[in-house]
Amino acid sequence: MSAATLFGVCSAALVGLGLYGLIIHPQPLRKILAFNLLGSGVFLLFGVIARRGAASGLGGDPVPQALVITGIVVAFSATALAVALLLRLFHETGRTTLNADAPKNSSDNPPRKSPDS
Amino acid sequence: MMSDSAAFSGATTPGGFLLVLAVGVPTAGMLLSLALGGRLAVRTALFILPVGLGLAFAIVIGVWRSGGPLVYFLGGWAPPLGLALRADGLSAAMLLTTAIVVCATGLYARAAFPMPPGVSEARAPLVFWVLLMAVWAALNLVFLGDDLFNLYVALELLTFAAVPLVCLDGRAETLAAALRYLLFALLGSVLYLLGTALLYGGYGTLDIFLLFGRIRPELVAFIAVGLMTTGLLAKTALFPLHLWLPPAHAGAPPAASAMLSGLVVKGSFFLVVRLWFDVMPWLLNQAASQILSTLGAGAILVGSVLALRQARLKLLIAYSTIAQIGYLFLMFPLASGSTSAQFGSNAALTGGFLQAISHAFAKAAMFMSAGLMAEALGHDRIAELRGVGQMLPVTVFAFGAAALSLIGLPPSGGFVAKWLLLTAVITAGQWWWALVMLVGGLLAGGYMFRVLARAMANAAEPLIPRMSVPRSRELVALALALCSMLLGLIPLRAFDLLRIGRQHASQAIAKSPCPISAAPNAAFVPLHLAGSR
Repeated sequence: MSAATLFGVCSAALVGLGLYGLIIHPQPLRKILAFNLLGSGVFLLFGVIARRGAASGLGGDPVPQALVITGIVVAFSATALAVALLLRLFHETGRTTLNADAPKNSSDNPPRKSPDS
Repeated sequence: MMSDSAAFSGATTPGGFLLVLAVGVPTAGMLLSLALGGRLAVRTALFILPVGLGLAFAIVIGVWRSGGPLVYFLGGWAPPLGLALRADGLSAAMLLTTAIVVCATGLYARAAFPMPPGVSEARAPLVFWVLLMAVWAALNLVFLGDDLFNLYVALELLTFAAVPLVCLDGRAETLAAALRYLLFALLGSVLYLLGTALLYGGYGTLDIFLLFGRIRPELVAFIAVGLMTTGLLAKTALFPLHLWLPPAHAGAPPAASAMLSGLVVKGSFFLVVRLWFDVMPWLLNQAASQILSTLGAGAILVGSVLALRQARLKLLIAYSTIAQIGYLFLMFPLASGSTSAQFGSNAALTGGFLQAISHAFAKAAMFMSAGLMAEALGHDRIAELRGVGQMLPVTVFAFGAAALSLIGLPPSGGFVAKWLLLTAVITAGQWWWALVMLVGGLLAGGYMFRVLARAMANAAEPLIPRMSVPRSRELVALALALCSMLLGLIPLRAFDLLRIGRQHASQAIAKSPCPISAAPNAAFVPLHLAGSR
């Protein structure tokens, strides 16, 4: 198994784990963490693609590497914005869940007692 | 590769610099407003508004006169190495719509978000004016971008500008709405990025025009477009990914709701159109396009029924947005016309975009007039609207005119849009979509009548407004509602604008189920490196 394939499989696993976490966890903080895991998987995929594009004799295709830098900056700002909103929500209400004041349409997601708190 | 050289033979077209200004001017306005702060921030924004509107008009005239797209290569570098800005007819129409709605919002918000007297700077007004410019710049970049990754960045800028608009007043429930919106948007953006990565890995370029010539119907393309479309639908709030929209749009201040509901959701919709019509038009011939319109039909029915059941006016308008977004997605299977149905395919595309544009005007007008009613009454409970028609006749008239367009009654932009879509339905022989549209129209009539019947009823004693509503703000809402009506009176020939610069895609649809690429399979070789070997 070549290094590119190995890293490709890793990135697929990260994407799968992140997507799973983003969808099933009701707590916003866990969703934010899952988003970052998912993002890491995508960035790793860009790295794999850069390596595979390097078959033409260059060390690596620079375009995906440039895209990854931009992507990391975007993901960082997104995380910062989400955490800031969550912190503000905590200061206002003392809660870090979205469910108590949810409109009736999303009430099919009842607040879960988190076992680890 | 013939189409590539035709598209990029020259460098920047004359007038191409306008495209840079269309993105650069609002961006400069945003940065200046933030740097200057205080009262100067408001003044800067109000100065930028007419300049941006003039630029949008200039781009529309430029596209119309030249009969082809305006192109600008950033830094003089041609794709695939460089980035291009490209304005075809669709971009020009959306740029102008955005400029008009943003300017109207600015005029409306002058009274809603002034710097309060006595202090040099307040947080909410400063943030509103800065974000107004930011949303505008991001939307213009979404409409002009020609590179899928560049469009990803534009989409993220749009989200980051739109989310704080939801929670400007800092109440706990709007914070929760903003956070839920952001979480949906993050899922959407990361799926879009994953699709972009797969496309680059498969075809070595992300430029829409070059990708169109190289992409083939194979597994990697299907997975990529599936991921990207799902991500974009989450941001567009198409059923069943709509849960975030009602609390976010109903909780935001009226001026912000007008932007969010009228324009921001159209940004990601526009990218779905770019992806399906420009990157891989052959996909429209396939069953995949039926999935999109089935979701659209679901959105029309679910959104309308939920709108009927709302007790609060702003929530009703927000659910109506979900229903109206559904109509936009009905155009996908209809636009796939073979040569014999070329007329039907044109009608579907024109109808879909006319629906997007008239909905932008009507929905902005509706949120603005609902905001004025709520200010005068102190609440927005539909059951207690009685007498508001006597108190604010202009506002209620604006609301009614916008409602006509949303229901699709003549003479309004909404009527022409739905008529064109119906024509396309019949040409394509897919009559079941016509049923959905008719039921949707009836339901829209129902929920709008609920509001208007109460608002027009006379109260036992005349209501006294809690605070006076300036006539200028009523007139802004009325002007937008009339824009939406007047769209129905413009001769249809004017909408030929929408087809400028799109010939390559429509020819590809007509000729073959998938483009025949002259190049050998060049997978895994980035396009910008291919020439060096």
